[in-house]
Amino acid sequence: MKFLSAFFLGNALTNAADRFLPPWQYDGTVWPLPQSMAVTQEFQILDANIQFVLTPESPQCDIIPDIFQRYQDLIRSHFKIASSSSKKLKFSASSAAGIIDTIEVKIINCENYPSQNMNESYTLQVGSPTPEKVELTASAEWGVIHGLESFTQMIHNIDYRPSVNSTMITDWPRFPFRGFLIDTSRHYLPISVIKAQITALSWNKMNILHWHIVDLQSFPYESQVLPELSFLGSYTPLHVYTIHEIKDIIEFARLRGVRVVPEFDTPGHTDAWGPGGGPKFLTPCYRNGEPDGSHGPINPIYQENYDLMRKLFTEVNEVFRDSYLHLGGDEVPFGCWKSNPDITAYMAKNNLTTYAQLEQVWVQGMVDIAHDLKKNYVVWEEVFVNGVKISNETVVEVWKGRSGTWKDTMNAVTKSGHKAILASPWYLNIISYGVDWEGYYVIEPTDFNGTAEQNKLVMGGSAAMWGEFVDGTNILQRIWPRASAVAERLWSDKSVNQPGPARWRLNEWRCKMLARGLPAQPAIQNPNVNPNFGYCPYPFDPFNNAHYLF
Amino acid sequence: MKVSESFSTVDPNIQFILSADSEHCDILNDLFERYQNLIRSHFKSLVYSYSKKYGDPSGHVDTVEVTVKNCEVVPSQSMNESYSLDIEEGSNFVKLNAEAEWGVIRGLESFAQMIHPINYAPSVNTTTITDFPRFQFRGFLIDTSRHYLPISAIKAHISALSWNKFNVLHWHIVDLESFPYESEIKDIIEYARQRGIRVVPEFDTPGHTSSWGPGAGPNFLTRCYDQDGNPDGTLGPINPIYAENYLLMKRLLTEVAQVFEDAYLHLGGDEVPFGCWKSNPDITEYMAANNMTTYPQLEQQWVQGMVEIAESLKKHYVVWEEVFVNGVKINNNTVVEQMLVDLEEPRQLNTTMEAVTKSGHKALLASPWYLNYISYGVDWQKYYVEEPTAFNGTEEQKKLVMGGSTAMWGEYVDGTNLLQRTWPRASAVAERLWSAKEVRSTQTALPRLNEWRCRMLVRGLPAEPAIANINLMPEYGYCPTPYDHTNDYSGHF
Repeated sequence: MKFLSAFFLGNALTNAADRFLPPWQYDGTVWPLPQSMAVTQEFQILDANIQFVLTPESPQCDIIPDIFQRYQDLIRSHFKIASSSSKKLKFSASSAAGIIDTIEVKIINCENYPSQNMNESYTLQVGSPTPEKVELTASAEWGVIHGLESFTQMIHNIDYRPSVNSTMITDWPRFPFRGFLIDTSRHYLPISVIKAQITALSWNKMNILHWHIVDLQSFPYESQVLPELSFLGSYTPLHVYTIHEIKDIIEFARLRGVRVVPEFDTPGHTDAWGPGGGPKFLTPCYRNGEPDGSHGPINPIYQENYDLMRKLFTEVNEVFRDSYLHLGGDEVPFGCWKSNPDITAYMAKNNLTTYAQLEQVWVQGMVDIAHDLKKNYVVWEEVFVNGVKISNETVVEVWKGRSGTWKDTMNAVTKSGHKAILASPWYLNIISYGVDWEGYYVIEPTDFNGTAEQNKLVMGGSAAMWGEFVDGTNILQRIWPRASAVAERLWSDKSVNQPGPARWRLNEWRCKMLARGLPAQPAIQNPNVNPNFGYCPYPFDPFNNAHYLF
Repeated sequence: MKVSESFSTVDPNIQFILSADSEHCDILNDLFERYQNLIRSHFKSLVYSYSKKYGDPSGHVDTVEVTVKNCEVVPSQSMNESYSLDIEEGSNFVKLNAEAEWGVIRGLESFAQMIHPINYAPSVNTTTITDFPRFQFRGFLIDTSRHYLPISAIKAHISALSWNKFNVLHWHIVDLESFPYESEIKDIIEYARQRGIRVVPEFDTPGHTSSWGPGAGPNFLTRCYDQDGNPDGTLGPINPIYAENYLLMKRLLTEVAQVFEDAYLHLGGDEVPFGCWKSNPDITEYMAANNMTTYPQLEQQWVQGMVEIAESLKKHYVVWEEVFVNGVKINNNTVVEQMLVDLEEPRQLNTTMEAVTKSGHKALLASPWYLNYISYGVDWQKYYVEEPTAFNGTEEQKKLVMGGSTAMWGEYVDGTNLLQRTWPRASAVAERLWSAKEVRSTQTALPRLNEWRCRMLVRGLPAEPAIANINLMPEYGYCPTPYDHTNDYSGHF
């Protein structure tokens, strides 16, 4: 018996029944919104033993069995929660057009590895030509992932039965680079959390994990060729990622259509490299003509430091298969370089008159290494802004000017013919009280004074959860569902930018992520203003991992 | 607390025994088992901790001998939580003396926290502790109305309260739709009792009651009227002019009084908007007929009714400060909880505390500790330096400060993030309310709080990193044993 029910029910029974049903309903919305989606009132019921089959002419891409297994599990989970998130008895199940028992998947071509050119498009047909069969056609395996994700989100319950409306979807991403930065230097992140994050990225159709793997706080990348870097630079021997573990993470991401782009940020942000990098690696800072015991950025005047980087990057190139490498290059403080007499002498000898030129010497070295390894690379905006000479294929990541001056930088970068990705407005680590997803949602990466040609150089964007105040305890909670706002911005059409209509859809999507076991926090709407946003039909239980579907 | 350099190693199978002259209280068996598990969890993590190296151990501790003078059975406003703990040099016995079972909980908690690695062996220093709480009411508010909280999260939170030596869970439970089953509530209360935590429920009236409406009958909430004198379809606070509404509350609170055995009940009374009452012609008529000239008088009538119900049920009660500030006549044994944080209408909190205690009422401080207000970065220091007695008042007035209450209101928290947002920030308040007034240096507290957060992680509590900006202090960037939500932490709570 429910507490107080004997006393409260009675004449209020009808009212109460209304109240306990969701005042909003699962409509089967898809997040991020597909480019083209036509939904009709007609619906079909889902068979609990729904089969996934490849058409005979489709190539057998190696990740397909894993994808099918995952989505079979996810779809089955809907049967468990059907009773708690059911649409009101608006339709009768007997009016269903049929029972879906098969998803027929057609693939044109296997790409095997997700890349900058990965083809993620797909079409999905539910209800026609026959009600029993869903037809999913994808250019490559990535479209299969996205198509099955869309299909799974479309499931909603009618008369307590998982159902899908007759629908036509033609879908593709607006931007090819839809990234998310995690930072495993400031705080270590357990591998289980990194994997959960990758899974959530895939659900949100984001395709890049930008792994800011080392920084000044710690060096958790356990190199086999330079083991002293993590031996002396990690927080403890527990706080490292072995190459074996990293390869496992990259494979986990590949199975979900997510690229892993590692960042080895130099020459600044490198304090943790110091102990393992050797006595000449970091620049000794001087005060009053004497070394003061502190160290600055990497010392760019010694060849052995370039040799160390080449050794490291040669290994990194083998571990991280993505064709892109993030070379960092942000926030290089010049003070220590200025104080060091050896650097002054070197600059005089080599006719360097500015410290940006000295920075360029280093970055040029890194770019040359990347080039030799046949890697493309991303750099933070300072490398461009400071006038370091970079090759045309460099991608410049704009991260400054949250208040809006990022537009000028985007303009300048693309004007110079470089590819650009936008990060500035999407630093999700900067939290505040209340609801903030709308602010992320309305940002438009091409909203600067550029030509159509310049706009084409905008490859997308990257949201970030820097690690100052997050670790395995709270990172997933802080990221989701706020990052979903960025996900829709980067995938869906430019015109999909109104928080009003997005709000209900995002709420539904957050509730679905909860049901899948992702601890996405409540952050959609103040429930004091609208109590309907105060709950999800299926509450998340932090101590019940049984239904986790990662 | 006196700590010396000499130390003893701790046996992984450490035993807890009651001395011959000790009472045997019913919660002790569970308690001993819990702390055995907790201490073992510390052992696992200690392997990876930095290990201090000095000298040889003076002994090997394998037994904690507990003496309890008196079993109180149920935690209450007058619960005795004091204890003394003695780890003598060379002895294999730790002596823990407590006035009541609550002191055993507090003492074992202190002992568990004192275990640290020396030469990679779990050890405790030779130590003498005499300990008692500074304030008798050390509360924490959870809000299961705005968002539902799973029982597992509430229990984990209660455990964390106990570890931090809080002693009251203020359960803002009001919303009809989120009423859990009675058996579940009783289970939670029992779980809390075993950890020395009181559960004080709040049934907030007459405002904040819109969700009661559908279940409570057509006359329960006040119908609001538009400017033309027609009902506008919206509903306001509880309508205080109908006797049936008082009867309904009496039935409800009678049941509540049976389920929640704590002597205190929180009657709410915050943020009662008068607009709807003003618009309603029946209320205007009623007030005229009863010679009421102000709306606080009308509010007073309602609250008076609630107070009388509570008294008939032999319950003490807590009210939010508006009940006092608006001039509602309340009994002397009422506890007034300070809460106003309206930034647009700033009211000095010390003014409220001063006024409440001047009038002879007991007071609780709450508003500086609304942890639901998050911001970027580190904020525990500001909670830490708050001083509940920092207002103009006599010694007698200061004695009326019963303590304080921390709050995590539920607008933006549910099972996904309650524990993360609360801990370790609430630990700052815990120390303010337990420890001596002079313990207020954030600098000294910083490394201690960091160690404590790391220990809570080992126990499976997802306390978030919020101790220091690690760009400035990278040494605070990790705990020896990282938290992993896929680990099995069962048995630690």
